[in-house]
Amino acid sequence: MNLAAATNESLANTSNVLIYSSMAVYTLAFFAHIAEWVLGSRSKVGRTAAALSAPGARASAATGGKPRAGGTAVLDRPEVITRSATGTRDVPDGPGAAGGTFKGDLWGRIAVSLTVVAFLVQAGGVATRALSVQRAPWANMYEFSITFSTVVVGSYLVLLALKKNVRWIGLPLVTTVLLDLGIAVTTLYTDSDQLVPALHSYWLWIHVSTAIICGAVFYLGAVGTVLYLFRDSYESKLASGGTPGKFAASVMERLPSASSLDKFSYRINAAVFPLWTFTIIAGAIWAGDAWGRYWGWDPKEVWSFITWVAYAAYLHARATAGWKGRKAAYLALVAFACWLFNYYGVNIFVSGLHSYAGV
Amino acid sequence: MSKANSTETRQREADHDGGSAHGAAGEQLSTAPREERPDTGAGVPAMSVIGWARWFWRQLTSMRVALILLFLLSLGAIPGSLIPQTSVDDMKVQAFKDQHTTLTPVYEKLQLFDVYSSVWFSAIYILLFVSLIGCIVPRTGQFVGQLRSRPPGAPKRLTRLPAYTTWRTDAEPEEVRGAALAVLRERRFRTHVVGDAVAAEKGYLREAGNLVFHIALIVMLVAFASGQLFKSEGGKLIVEGDGFSNTLTQYDDFKSGSLYDSDSLAPFSFVLDDFVGTYEKSGPQRGTPRTFEARVTYSEGADGAERKDVIKVNEPLVVDGTKIYLIAHGYAPVVTVRDGKGKVVSRSAVPLLPIDNNITSSGAIKVMDGYKDKNGEKTQLGFKAFFVPTFAGEGKGQMFSQFPGLDFPVLALSAYQGSLGVDSGLAQNVYQLDTSKMKEFKGEDGELLKKMMMPGEKLDLPDGAGSITFDGVEEWASFQISQQPGNGWALGGSVAAIAGLAGSLFIQRRRVWVRAVRGADGVTVVEMAGLGRSESARLPEELGELSAALVTTAPVAAEAPDTPEKPDTPDGPGTTDATTDATNEAGSRPVHPAEAPAEGAEK
Ligand code: HEM
Repeated sequence: MNLAAATNESLANTSNVLIYSSMAVYTLAFFAHIAEWVLGSRSKVGRTAAALSAPGARASAATGGKPRAGGTAVLDRPEVITRSATGTRDVPDGPGAAGGTFKGDLWGRIAVSLTVVAFLVQAGGVATRALSVQRAPWANMYEFSITFSTVVVGSYLVLLALKKNVRWIGLPLVTTVLLDLGIAVTTLYTDSDQLVPALHSYWLWIHVSTAIICGAVFYLGAVGTVLYLFRDSYESKLASGGTPGKFAASVMERLPSASSLDKFSYRINAAVFPLWTFTIIAGAIWAGDAWGRYWGWDPKEVWSFITWVAYAAYLHARATAGWKGRKAAYLALVAFACWLFNYYGVNIFVSGLHSYAGV
Repeated sequence: MSKANSTETRQREADHDGGSAHGAAGEQLSTAPREERPDTGAGVPAMSVIGWARWFWRQLTSMRVALILLFLLSLGAIPGSLIPQTSVDDMKVQAFKDQHTTLTPVYEKLQLFDVYSSVWFSAIYILLFVSLIGCIVPRTGQFVGQLRSRPPGAPKRLTRLPAYTTWRTDAEPEEVRGAALAVLRERRFRTHVVGDAVAAEKGYLREAGNLVFHIALIVMLVAFASGQLFKSEGGKLIVEGDGFSNTLTQYDDFKSGSLYDSDSLAPFSFVLDDFVGTYEKSGPQRGTPRTFEARVTYSEGADGAERKDVIKVNEPLVVDGTKIYLIAHGYAPVVTVRDGKGKVVSRSAVPLLPIDNNITSSGAIKVMDGYKDKNGEKTQLGFKAFFVPTFAGEGKGQMFSQFPGLDFPVLALSAYQGSLGVDSGLAQNVYQLDTSKMKEFKGEDGELLKKMMMPGEKLDLPDGAGSITFDGVEEWASFQISQQPGNGWALGGSVAAIAGLAGSLFIQRRRVWVRAVRGADGVTVVEMAGLGRSESARLPEELGELSAALVTTAPVAAEAPDTPEKPDTPDGPGTTDATTDATNEAGSRPVHPAEAPAEGAEK
């Protein structure tokens, strides 16, 4: 008994050390990303502006699009030409933070490598925490926070590994992950411990793990949405003949086009919406077993429902004339704000059955 | 319906969705209701009642109003999470009302203590569901119609579609079309030949999934509603060794829906054999519960076989569709009361109610009949009881428990005699002693007779009035026994909703056209184009694969002559305008595979 307790204690300490170490590595990754952006600003891109202002360039952008499925085997595989949907601007994606400069790209790669290292260390921290308590590592806000940001970074790395064009999200992501971990280790920290009986259930694994995955992926979508809003204003400004500030231009130019960002966030949000639906239903089933009712309008339940309806409204907005684009994007942000409030706000400000886990 | 050419510009301006933006070709790519702009189309209706009703119905079932109702629904749900709700915690509502005397009447008017059953909240979701039904019925009809009909023919200028490819081949046009039919059918497209082109469509499951999802929402709502109407829910506190059989009279409290019929209580009974609770012994979380288990023996039906089972916090026992949940637990000291002659008047385990997390408990021990005082007169006895499972120690602190487990149980009693007031006709709380018609027993100091006892100890009542012995401690557990029909439907609806949603969001509905015509130089020009809903990432990839498959039968012809060839596509000259210059250029001249990258490359 004592021996077990001692190993648990040391595992818990290991976990803490790993989490702090991952923060250190994330900080390095953060600076590497900054270097990437700074060095990338020296490139002469100017493509967005050209595409939007000069009629000739615009025409070539319109037919140019992004050739896909082409490759080198020209003779046995005809080239496919794509066009953006009607009503969206035909602007090519920016070249990314590095702006096509060699040095910027080098730093970008360093940043990604550091992020991978930090992710592994952090995942180790979560795993040792789980081992030290011998249960799923998400029974209180501290554990939820560290697991959450691990999953966020993990999803980002998966997208990178799938060769999706997502490196532009690296800097905002690493920044917020650092913030999240900072809050976790300073104000949310709770000593590792076991669960009250109400949390003893395999539904804890199912319901909470999917909730964390949904939140992490919704978060990626939200970052995409925010960047979409910026980039969209930038593009409209250019299209209407305005000149954006130098800094804004330098940053915005290197992002993907507004329509790509918009699609990115839509796909992300749409992809997890069914999982979020499942999370809520799984929660209801668990509540049915634990508290004797499936749905009792407990604050957490209410806010999950609100989040769900808000995302449903967003998906509807995308399919409704007059609501696409910016308006839908605002809805997506409102929906994510609901998710955030459900996690932090409800635990801190509102008391309900769900608040047992200790802030 | 108007032709593609004439509608295209207008629709472009109207910023319609990807489906309709391509005129006839994109028609019915979804069954989403056509949006009527508020200022046109729908307009101000004719003044007749029917006109208004129609207008109202059209508005209600439009996507825009559905969107607004969804938004209102989430907005309307917020106050219920911030203001205490009667249905969730009655006591909190009471406390809130006591604290906020000015706000309370306003809140009550607005039904803010019962948000989720309030008139306004119900109005929102009922409107939403009416809108939903009004949306689903025509969409289902439309969808069935689409399943019966065939994909529309190719638009005139395939170059304008989101994904396009073309090449020249020596194969005959008929041959190419035949091969295209084969390639597309192999990939389970629905195909047919219209004029000089093959039209194909795939991904109907998206629409089906969407309809299933929306219908499933209705199923879930109906299931919840019927569950509320027919449900029954009761509570029962049982001391170890005691039992319960499922009839109305046995419940401590009972609630039911308005359509509930008490004959429908499932016949079963169970006995609580043992309750086991364990708690964290040390560390900062000392006292936090670790396990709660109620071991029971139950039998189904009037005289079914006996079976044993364990009910835990997360694991209710299900008997004949009724669920038995473990809700709470506490201690029941076993006491024996004797009269002045030493005769046992009563012996029972008396459940006491916990008042804190360490299960400091309070309650009352009542001896209703069988007791006679030393004069032989019938009277009643009452004891105020206070119990701690783990006592702090003599003189240390007050009578509060230090730990929820039974480490150092102590029972404190004070004794009364007289009338318990049970005959007064008023409902009595079994956990409280009404001493208004009772007299205190006095101790030697002339004060109220009190004693703290450990198990086995005895409190003697003065003047040979008898005694009460603290024999030991049993545990009790309380159960919620509930029956809610419709759960199966709700679960089925949920599963269907998720499946439908996945189909609706992950499956792309798309159309592909393959046109093969003989060019002026006698070489066949093949054009392929694809159209999906606006978010089709995979469409170009799919088109690439399809064309790769087709190229095996219709190989790319040898290098074309230098002069740009104009294929025989019926491209009306009147449609050319400044904004489409670029597309026309590409469209009127088959982009040779070798040229395309040069023009389109991202360099
Ligand atoms: C109970 C409230 C409702 C919820 C939670 C809900 C949810 C959803 C969701 C999540 C989608 C996304 C699926 C997709 O994009 O394919 C969707 C699509 C859709 N909904 Fe609803 N919906 C509701 C009510 C309605 C109502 C009242 C209407 C009719 C006016 C409606 C019409 C549609 C249509 C036409 C689509 C397909 C849009 C498209 O083709 O992209 N929904 N709904």
